[in-house]
Amino acid sequence: MANVICDETMESVAILAKLALSEEEKEQARKDMERMLDYIDKLNELDTTDVEPMSHVFPVSNCFREDIVSNGDGSASLMANAPEKRENQLVVPKTI
Amino acid sequence: MSRQYETVIGLEVHVELATKTKIFCGCSTSFGGAPNTHTCPVCTGMPGSLPVLNRQVVEYAMAVGIAANCEITRCLKFDRKNYFYPDNPQNYQISQLYLPICRNGYVEIETPEGIKQVRIHEIHMEEDAGKLVHDDWSDTSLVDYNRSGVPLIEIVSEPDMRSAQEVIAYLEKLRLLIQYLGASDCKLQEGSMRADVNLSVREAGAEAYGTRTEMKNLNSFRAITRAIEGESARQIELLESGRSVVQETRKWDDGKEMSYAMRSKEDAQDYRYFPDPDLVPVIISEAWIEKVRASQPEFRTEKMERYKKEYGIPDYDIGILTQSKHMADLFEETVAICPLPKKVSNWLMVETMRLLKEKNMDAQDIRYSAGNLAKLIQMVEDKEINGTIAKEVFEVMFEQDTDPEIYVEEHGLKTVTDENALNRAVEDVIAANPQTVEEYRNGKEKVLGFLVGQTMKVMKGQADPALVNRLLKEKLS
Amino acid sequence: MDIWKLSAVELGKKIKEKEVTVSEALEAALLQIEEKEADYNCYITVDRAAARERAQKVQKRIDSGELTSALAGVPVAVKDNMCTQGLLTTCGSKMLENFVPTYSAEAVNRLEAAGAVIIGKTNMDEFAMGSTTETSAYGATKNPWKKEHVPGGSSGGSAAAVAAGECFFALGSDTGGSIRQPASFCGIVGMKPTYGTVSRYGLIAYGSSLDQIGPMSRDVTDCAVILETIAGCDKKDSTSIDRKALSMNDSGWTGMDFSAALREDVRGMRIGIPRDYFTDGLDDEVKASVLGAAKTFEECGARVEEFDLSFVDYAVPAYYTIAAAEASSNLERFDGVKYGYRTAGYEDLHSMYRKTRSEGFGTEVKRRIMLGSFVLSSGYYDAYYLKALRVKALIKKAFDRAFETYDLILAPTAPTAAPRLGSSLSDPIQMYLSDVYTISVNLAGLPGITVPCGMTQAGLPVGVQLIGNCFMEKKLIQAAYTYERAAGKFPVPSERRGAK
Repeated sequence: MANVICDETMESVAILAKLALSEEEKEQARKDMERMLDYIDKLNELDTTDVEPMSHVFPVSNCFREDIVSNGDGSASLMANAPEKRENQLVVPKTI
Repeated sequence: MSRQYETVIGLEVHVELATKTKIFCGCSTSFGGAPNTHTCPVCTGMPGSLPVLNRQVVEYAMAVGIAANCEITRCLKFDRKNYFYPDNPQNYQISQLYLPICRNGYVEIETPEGIKQVRIHEIHMEEDAGKLVHDDWSDTSLVDYNRSGVPLIEIVSEPDMRSAQEVIAYLEKLRLLIQYLGASDCKLQEGSMRADVNLSVREAGAEAYGTRTEMKNLNSFRAITRAIEGESARQIELLESGRSVVQETRKWDDGKEMSYAMRSKEDAQDYRYFPDPDLVPVIISEAWIEKVRASQPEFRTEKMERYKKEYGIPDYDIGILTQSKHMADLFEETVAICPLPKKVSNWLMVETMRLLKEKNMDAQDIRYSAGNLAKLIQMVEDKEINGTIAKEVFEVMFEQDTDPEIYVEEHGLKTVTDENALNRAVEDVIAANPQTVEEYRNGKEKVLGFLVGQTMKVMKGQADPALVNRLLKEKLS
Repeated sequence: MDIWKLSAVELGKKIKEKEVTVSEALEAALLQIEEKEADYNCYITVDRAAARERAQKVQKRIDSGELTSALAGVPVAVKDNMCTQGLLTTCGSKMLENFVPTYSAEAVNRLEAAGAVIIGKTNMDEFAMGSTTETSAYGATKNPWKKEHVPGGSSGGSAAAVAAGECFFALGSDTGGSIRQPASFCGIVGMKPTYGTVSRYGLIAYGSSLDQIGPMSRDVTDCAVILETIAGCDKKDSTSIDRKALSMNDSGWTGMDFSAALREDVRGMRIGIPRDYFTDGLDDEVKASVLGAAKTFEECGARVEEFDLSFVDYAVPAYYTIAAAEASSNLERFDGVKYGYRTAGYEDLHSMYRKTRSEGFGTEVKRRIMLGSFVLSSGYYDAYYLKALRVKALIKKAFDRAFETYDLILAPTAPTAAPRLGSSLSDPIQMYLSDVYTISVNLAGLPGITVPCGMTQAGLPVGVQLIGNCFMEKKLIQAAYTYERAAGKFPVPSERRGAK
């Protein structure tokens, strides 16, 4: 079964992934993805009706921290790598 | 309008929990820090950082769920909700979609038609986003992550409400429950309680729901009321003119009293939720639920009944005192020190409420202590100060929790009990007002008030008016 | 004495006995770097000044008796996807070309606490996505055995640096074989511990449910000692496992005293060889070497037999679905807002995001982000992502069954020896398929180790992989150590070249 991905799907995935692909890249990405999905479709050979999806491989649970303040002022750390900053804040293109 | 319509409303209420630290890191949740000072690698999405769950968040969420008659999920997980926005440092928010902590609850609200149940679909835990400040001048926005990672619960109701009044009653009910639990201060203005309104309209008697819209950005009861009324009118108008409602998210602009659609090509509403592999499941045991259940406080209804029995104060007083847990606690603590319930209640209902209103404050912002209020009341009882002075002292105490005894002492406000001094003052006033004295002696008794006032003035207010009254009468008879 | 040829533990001993100073050890490694980096390109960053300064400090603490660890003073290389405070951490990507972390990964902290001296950060496939180290934005690393061949990946820089003597040991990370495969291609020992054994805090995530940090070393002894140093429960990583709290009736096998397992004894151990691993895709020379290793185990007293593992063909598609999905989310944070690369020209927020990410990420990373976003998107989540998680459960169950019978599973590490540079990237699926023997170990969270077991005619190393049940690292170490002693120490590349 060959997967065919339409332009619309490619564009919506690119929006979700926040990537701007050139036409050429988009074509290549489409081909790659179609082939990969064809390959992944192999999983459908297996009947998994009664199998629970396994998100965590070990039955480890309840890892908590207590509600105690343990961190101080992290602003200098945050600013250290900021591409653009002003008054201890990150600067981004206007959001509204 | 020829047809009758019914408005159908469901609410998504976000409540910031009153934990000391954020949901997944040890940063403080306190308000008012300089930008980005309450941050660490975890809540700023630094590469390689990992979340660790704050136990208290689970306990608060459970407590709210139990109070709202929910089923507690025994094995729950966190999921990632993926969307790009600068206030969301990882570009995914850790939330719960598949296995929320609470499900299938309800709260009861009072409506003109009687008690009504509003069902709760689910309550889930998630992290708050940071804050964006927009700078029009440079066409940029500034990002502050102090609020990023502050724990929230989202309480999702079923579409059980039919009017703005019911919505407000539901919100008030939630607010009281949560405040009584101490799980949040639930302040709409400060954003520690926020409501998104899902609204649709349908013809009266119809079974199926209409297409709904979601309205965001509602930060006061007034805004919620107006948004509901506005949106329901907008939808009815659409239907009446033969058009249809589009399912969308709308932003309410309270200034313009209208909502507008929030839409963008880039906001592909596909959050690609999946279980967060960085967090392990939480297993909640029966014992843990029982422990949280056992530590539930006395809620308002029970408290009201007890006040009636225990303190014998009027229903009206009880209604006001129990509107806020903080006020009720203050009342009980004060009465424990100074067992004059009606007097204590009066100070809370009258003077305190007046000042709160004047200063635009919430009952939970009251700063003065029970001990100081008790002292003040006792001083009036012991006639150490009179009522007018007491109110003056109270205003100071309201601001700074000042010790009234020390304040009265330092400012020399004590009632003068020295009869000689009082006698002298009375005599001086009589001598200075021969005409009034004449009128009094001719039977015009109400002018005595004036003379009392004059004497109090000479005494700089620090006299017992009843005593002044008696002395004047004695001297003039 | 050629200091650079010593193993980490041998060097540590000589430093402790004052035969070698920390500075001498460091200079020995730096000299190899000087001589070989132009050829091999193992490192993205070498911080000589900081390393020299640190060597001095460590020496003082050794002299004062404060530092007594087996690794005190030993120079180490760290894969460039682990945060190192004050030291550039690029993840092999242009996206992080200027990222200098303000904190260190927990594994790095533990190494430094033991007195190891970080020389620099090693090259890797961009964001650990690749099997050849050719997707790095900082040029490919070459295999020290044969420069025209890849070192494997994604921890190719670490593997090549260890093999070439440009460090005494290294840290790698393994999401689908990224430690074991390059270790086998470069003729060294590499181990992926049980998921949760080494803290992931500070490891820049690729596939969070699969990623593990592990040792890459010249021999099994080093491997055990390094693991002992970096392993342990970390409160900052919720998925880190407190083994002491696990009540396991295992006669000591699950302990974390890994060096205690350096014993020559496999008598009575039951070793299973998955029949379904020895099929068409496996190179004949590799097959012969691996079966040769199996024979050695038998000679040492182990009971070796073939069995059917099942679901082998499904591991790769399940893995790429899960890893791509997690990666698409993990890599969302790279957006030009907080750190790293930001595009020069943009019109608004979303164009800033899209241009930054398109320019900052390479082809393979974008390919996996696209795939991952797709398999999580509405309408496909159940069919792809959940399906893969169900298959993962089947694969785990198949291993559980195998470990009811066997102490260990013996398998090839990779189907071939190191391919030539430039021959892999053109066909991604073919490249993904080369991970077939390592990937299911990550899906099931198990520990796996690779030990060199032979050479191809062309002069490239071959590794044999041992897979243990979860928490059974000690069994792996004991078996690997026994094999290593029986097979004799594997040469290092230049010695071999010198012999020709």
